[in-house]
Amino acid sequence: MVKLGDSFREHVLSYLDAGVRFDGRKLDEFRPISVEYGISHNAEGSARVTVGSTHVLAGVKMAVEKPYPDTPADGNLMINAELLPLSSSVFESGPPSDEAIEVSRIIDRGIRESKVIDTKKLCIIPKEEVWSVMIDICTINVHGNLIDASALASVAALTSAKLPGYEGKVVKYDELTDKGIPLAASLLPVVVTVFKIGKHLIVDPLPEEESVADARISAAVLEDGSIVALQKGGGLPVTAQEIDSMLGLAQAKAGDLRKLLSGKKLK
Amino acid sequence: MAYNKRFDGRKFDETRPIAARVGVIPEADGSAMFSIGNTVAYAAVYGPRELHPKFLQNPQSGLLRCRYNMMPFSGAGSRVKPGGGRRAKEISVVTEKALLPVLNLDEFPNAVVDVFIELPQTDAGTRCAGITAAAMALADAGLTMKDLVSSVSVGRVDDKIMVDLSYKEESYEGEVADIPIAMIPGTGEISLLQMDGKISREELQTALELGRKACLQIYEVQKSALKEKFGVGGKIG
Amino acid sequence: MTLLVKDKDVVVPGEALASGMDYLPTSGTYREGDKVVASRLGLVQVDGRLIRIIPVSGKYLPKRGDVVVARVTNITLNGWVCDINSAYSSLLGMKEGVSDFIARGSDLTRYYNIGDSLMAQIINVTSQNMVDLSAKGPGLRKLGEGRIIYVNANKVPRIIGKAGSMVSMIKDATNCRISVGQNGVIWLQGTPAAELVAVSAIRRIEADSHVSGLTEQVKAFLDKNKVVA
Repeated sequence: MVKLGDSFREHVLSYLDAGVRFDGRKLDEFRPISVEYGISHNAEGSARVTVGSTHVLAGVKMAVEKPYPDTPADGNLMINAELLPLSSSVFESGPPSDEAIEVSRIIDRGIRESKVIDTKKLCIIPKEEVWSVMIDICTINVHGNLIDASALASVAALTSAKLPGYEGKVVKYDELTDKGIPLAASLLPVVVTVFKIGKHLIVDPLPEEESVADARISAAVLEDGSIVALQKGGGLPVTAQEIDSMLGLAQAKAGDLRKLLSGKKLK
Repeated sequence: MAYNKRFDGRKFDETRPIAARVGVIPEADGSAMFSIGNTVAYAAVYGPRELHPKFLQNPQSGLLRCRYNMMPFSGAGSRVKPGGGRRAKEISVVTEKALLPVLNLDEFPNAVVDVFIELPQTDAGTRCAGITAAAMALADAGLTMKDLVSSVSVGRVDDKIMVDLSYKEESYEGEVADIPIAMIPGTGEISLLQMDGKISREELQTALELGRKACLQIYEVQKSALKEKFGVGGKIG
Repeated sequence: MTLLVKDKDVVVPGEALASGMDYLPTSGTYREGDKVVASRLGLVQVDGRLIRIIPVSGKYLPKRGDVVVARVTNITLNGWVCDINSAYSSLLGMKEGVSDFIARGSDLTRYYNIGDSLMAQIINVTSQNMVDLSAKGPGLRKLGEGRIIYVNANKVPRIIGKAGSMVSMIKDATNCRISVGQNGVIWLQGTPAAELVAVSAIRRIEADSHVSGLTEQVKAFLDKNKVVA
C-alpha cells in the first residue's frame, strides 16, 4: 500500500472530531458481524466470521501427541494464523510474517490464560498421550480489524469442535464423537482492539484508520469483564489514564461480541 | 466385489452438486468461489501488478503466477502443515499451464498476474475446483481471455468409467484411475491432463468424453456466476 | 449473418456474439472462423456492423492524454515517482513538475513530498508501459488535505457524466471539491458529512452504472440527503 501523506491523518482526525468515521459509523461502533459454524467438514470444529467485508475462517484439528514435560497431564494447544496473499495485496506468500505471529500470539494468550479449556480433561495417559488442539486461522478478505475477527473465529471454532474417536492408538477422524472440547462458557476470551488516533478512541478500524493510528491495545476479556491478555501495538506510547479508557471501551464492546457466541451450546 | 453403484448414489456421468459465485473477495482485482460436492475452492487474482524481483520480468509479456494451497484444517485425517510441499508446488505449476492457453498478457509487459487458490474444505478434485474458480476470477479481473477454462476429474473405479470421483472413490480398495482434466469449452481442447492409476487408451477416450460433457455443464455455471455479478444492479435509493 | 446476443448484454470471454461475416470484431472481441467472440468480460455494444465489449472490470491501463490522480511514492534525481493505480508506476520529471526552474540538487520535497497527491496528465506511454506525467496544464495541481477513494476505472465516464454533469451535480449538492482521475482515483474535500454523501453517491453510480435513468436517481438521492451547511 502506498504511504499516505501527513495531511491524510489530519483528514481522518477531522472526521473523528465530528464524531463520524469514513463509512459513516460512530467512533465506538462495529460494522455488522456474522458468525457461521461448521464451514469445513474435515475440521473437528470450524467457523466463519465476517466483520464488514473482513472475512476470516478458523478451523480446529485434533491429534494425539506427547504432552510437554512441564505439563505431563494437560492437553496441548497451538494457534496459527495464515495471512493468506489471497486476502489482501499487502500479504505475501512465505513463512509467517511478524503480523501473522502477533495475531496468533494474542489469541493464543487469550485462550491459554483464560483457562477456558479444561486441559486436564484432554489427558489420555499422563506423560504419554494427550489431545492436542490446533486452531488455524485463514484470512479470505482483510479490510481492517484482523485481530478481533480472527479471535472471534478461533473461539467460535473451538466451541463447535468435537473430539474424534480414538481406538488402538489410532485417531478416527471420520468418526467424530459427540464430546466437545471441555470448555467453560464464561471463560471464553473475546478480543477487542481499541485504536487511538489523536485524542480519539475507536474500535473496528478501516484500513485507512489503521494506517494513521497512534497506538492500539488488544484486550482479551472474559464474561465477568476480567482481562486475561493484553497487547499494545502502534508506534506511540500511551498514558495510564488512556489505557484505562481504552480498556473500558474494550470491556463494553466485548460484551456485545460475546452475545454473538452465546447461541452455541457448551458442554 | 464390483463397483456397480456409486457410494453417494450418483450416475456414472453425474457430477456432485456444483455452485459458483464471483466477486467474493472485494480486496482482490478478481475473485470467485467454486464448490463441487464437499470440495470448496476460493480464487483471487491480484494484478497485473509490478513484478519483483526484477530479473523475473518479461519485457514482452505479463507473467502468470499461480499458488495452490490447502488450508491446514481442510483435509481428511490429520492437520495439513502450512507452507505447501511438493504436491502443492506441482499443482500450482499445472494450474498455470491449464490457464495460460486462454490468457493474453501481451498488454502488460514486465508485470505479473497473481492467482491464489485456497481450499477451506476438500473431498477430492481440488485442483480441478481451483482451476475452475481461477478461470472465473481471471475473467472477473477484466483480463483478455479467448475463453474460460472448465475442469473436472474423470476416472475409473473397478471397471466403471465415471466423472468427478469423491475422496471415498479415490480411496476404493480395488483398481482406481484418477484423471484430472481441464478443457477450453469453445474448442474442446484439453489443457490439463494427469493421471494416477492405470487405464487403457480406449477407456481414456470414454473418460474424456464424459469429462467433456461435465466440463460443459461446469462452464454454464461459471458463465451464469459471472453474469450474475455484472447483471443489472439494484435500484438507487 | 446473425447477432447471437443483444446490445448491452453481459457476456463472458469465449462467448460467441455473432455468426457470419456481416459483423466486424473491434475492441474486446476477436474472430474465430465465421464467429465474432468476446475476449473479455463486459457489456456488448453493437454499432452498425461493429461489435465491441465495454469492460466492466479490470485494472487501469495508462493512456496518453489521460488526466489521473497520482500519488508520490518516491523521489529520485530526476523527479517524482508516482503511483497511478495501475500495474506501472510513473515518473513526473523535474521540468514537468513545476514551472519554476529547479536547480540541480535542490530539495524536491518542497514541491511534492512523498504521500502527496496531485492531478497530472499522462504525456507519454512507451511500448513497455513506462509512463511520463506532467503537472503543467489547466486543472492540473497539487491536491491538499482530503479523502481518496478508488473506483473501477471503467466506471469513470459515468461518474463524470456528459460534459461533467454528474460530478457537477454532486459538487453542487454537497459543496465538496471533487477531482476524478481517469485512473479510477477520486479525491474529495469537504466537511465530513458532505464527503460521506458524495462518496455514497459515487458508490451508487459505480454499482448501477448501466442502469438507465441514473442521473434522476442520483439527483433524488442527493435531494434526500441534503447536506446542511
